Amino acid sequence: MAAAPDHAPKYAQLSLPDRIGKAMPLLLVPVLVVLGFLSIGSTSSWLTLTVSGLAMGMMIFIMASGLTLVFGLMDVINFGHGAFISVGAYVGISVLVALESWTGVPSLLLNVAAVLAAVVAAMCVTGALGWGFERVIVRPVYGAHLKQILVTVGGLIVIEQMIHVIWGPDEIYLTRPEMLKGAVTFAGAAIEKYRLLAVVFGLVLFVGMRLVLKRTKIGLIVRAGVQNGEMVEALGYRLRLVFIGVFVAGSALAGLGGVMWGLYQEVITAGMGEEMMILVFIVVIIGGLGSVEGAFIGALLVGLLQNYVAFLEPKLALISNIALMTAILMWRPQGMMPVVKAK
Amino acid sequence: MLANLLSGDRPRSLILTGLLLAILAALALAPFLFPGVRSLETAARICIFIVLVASYDLLLGYSGIVSFAHTMFFGLGAYGVALASTHMGRGFDALIVGTIAGAVAAAILALLIGLFSLRVRAIFFAMITLAVASAVAVLVSQLSGLTGGEDGLNYSIPRELTPAFKLGKLFGISITGKILNYYLVFFASLALFLLLLRIVNSPFGRVLKAIRENDFRAEAIGYRVVLYRTLATCLSAAVAALAGSLFAIWLRYVGPATTLSFEIMLDILLMVVIGGMGTMYGAVIGVTIFVLAQNYLQNLMGVAAGATEGLPLIPQLLDPDRWLLWLGVLFILSVYFFPTGIVGRLRAED
Repeated sequence: MAAAPDHAPKYAQLSLPDRIGKAMPLLLVPVLVVLGFLSIGSTSSWLTLTVSGLAMGMMIFIMASGLTLVFGLMDVINFGHGAFISVGAYVGISVLVALESWTGVPSLLLNVAAVLAAVVAAMCVTGALGWGFERVIVRPVYGAHLKQILVTVGGLIVIEQMIHVIWGPDEIYLTRPEMLKGAVTFAGAAIEKYRLLAVVFGLVLFVGMRLVLKRTKIGLIVRAGVQNGEMVEALGYRLRLVFIGVFVAGSALAGLGGVMWGLYQEVITAGMGEEMMILVFIVVIIGGLGSVEGAFIGALLVGLLQNYVAFLEPKLALISNIALMTAILMWRPQGMMPVVKAK
Repeated sequence: MLANLLSGDRPRSLILTGLLLAILAALALAPFLFPGVRSLETAARICIFIVLVASYDLLLGYSGIVSFAHTMFFGLGAYGVALASTHMGRGFDALIVGTIAGAVAAAILALLIGLFSLRVRAIFFAMITLAVASAVAVLVSQLSGLTGGEDGLNYSIPRELTPAFKLGKLFGISITGKILNYYLVFFASLALFLLLLRIVNSPFGRVLKAIRENDFRAEAIGYRVVLYRTLATCLSAAVAALAGSLFAIWLRYVGPATTLSFEIMLDILLMVVIGGMGTMYGAVIGVTIFVLAQNYLQNLMGVAAGATEGLPLIPQLLDPDRWLLWLGVLFILSVYFFPTGIVGRLRAED
């Protein structure tokens, strides 16, 4: 019997530049916030803009997280994702309108109950819709990118037209529940209550999602599936079922994002999902396909940058996202934190 | 001679040949066969969209590249003519300068996007083109000083191409500048279509098809896949821009809604897939069916909606404004069941 080999496992510390390189994407958000502060100058406007940028980023993240996971798991990109956003908004707003007796009174409890009811209804409907979408539209076209894109775009058209059929062709204006109207003043800056709420809500959701993904068995399988689906299947897990679960959850989250966005904008149209989808795609691309953290950072960057630029140079606000995407792709062609290698 | 003109790519189906000849004859004689402003508008629209959709098919059907930026190139051509006509004054020189500038700008922009994103897979390119195209559409509506914003631009074209110019009568139809304009559109579209047919049936086109089928093998044989894809994107963008210029010359108006909107992109996609991907003739059939449906299906649906008025939901489903719903369903079905579209079906039957 030979003695155990005398080499001990060593942990080689990464060199400082490498560590900074890895952390770079995480640093981008604070850097952008500081840059925004320097170029805006006034503390109160900066604070207002930062909060609304973060709120917008959180909402985009909620819509983008499901999409990027679905892509990572099964290599399916769903161009119909935007339709779920619209459907969620319409269902949620319908519930809020129906519960007008709860939303019209200045009672925090009733108001929150109405919003929760709207959110639950929207998530149930879009989740179910996602399930049907997966069965009918996506299932026959695994592995064929061209067909996937075409068919999901077809689904987008049909769902959007169905919204017109059910809710009529006009845009719907709405007002937020009484207690969510108005603003609070903090350090001389007026901050809308709803935006603060959206930030908190988004953060809670992000932390919750991270906990599920990092601490639970199902999260482990999902993450492993995103990294290497074949290996997970070889270990005996039914990736297809996991995928359906993630697809439904992603669709429900899109619906949730739709409700939140509708309340943020106070107007909803059938085409809103299409417009949001462009932002969602930008976020998914710059975050790195399949990466939830990347999508989170990307969404915050998009939200903050858009709000800062809208203040400094209104005409360039919507172009700023493309500029951001181009810059990030020049720096890291696969996105900031790629999980799936984009071939 | 005929085979040369069609670059050896015959319709290869009796029914298809008949349909194509009927469409060609109808378009060639449109001012005489269907007098009236609306039908002439429809005919010109069909001509222009055939070029636009065929140029998109060069990407989608022949190269397997999904782009959502095609309306952006279309719009570039249209705005080229509009801006040149606004700033240089009415005249043929403005039309020519605007057309060339639009096509060159489209090709350069396509080159830039291609260099950035064609190395990666189809999905990535599709997402990036969608984002870029939406940014350009926003930019155009924001820079109202230059582009007229949401209102778009109205401008004058040479008098010889407007209804005010009278030439005399032929077969009882008075020949105006509008009809000359129509024939400009018709012959330019025909020439561009034949050019595209030439391109896809050239060795270059065959390499594109090889890349579409298996880019890995094409690379292994020694073709530089990225170069070919980028070239196809540039060519397709330039032709789309030319179609846009024709559209601008015909309409004498350019605006974001008519040239840049995502709806038009969806229309193009529907036309290519329903007509048949990977066949230039599919563009002809797809556009004709689609534009006729757009213009006349709505009337039919209005009648149907009226007839079912008492029933729940069905009248809303049959509302004339919901025609896109039915084309969307047809679109999904044709991706699944007729991936080669109408033309593919017709060819398979012979």
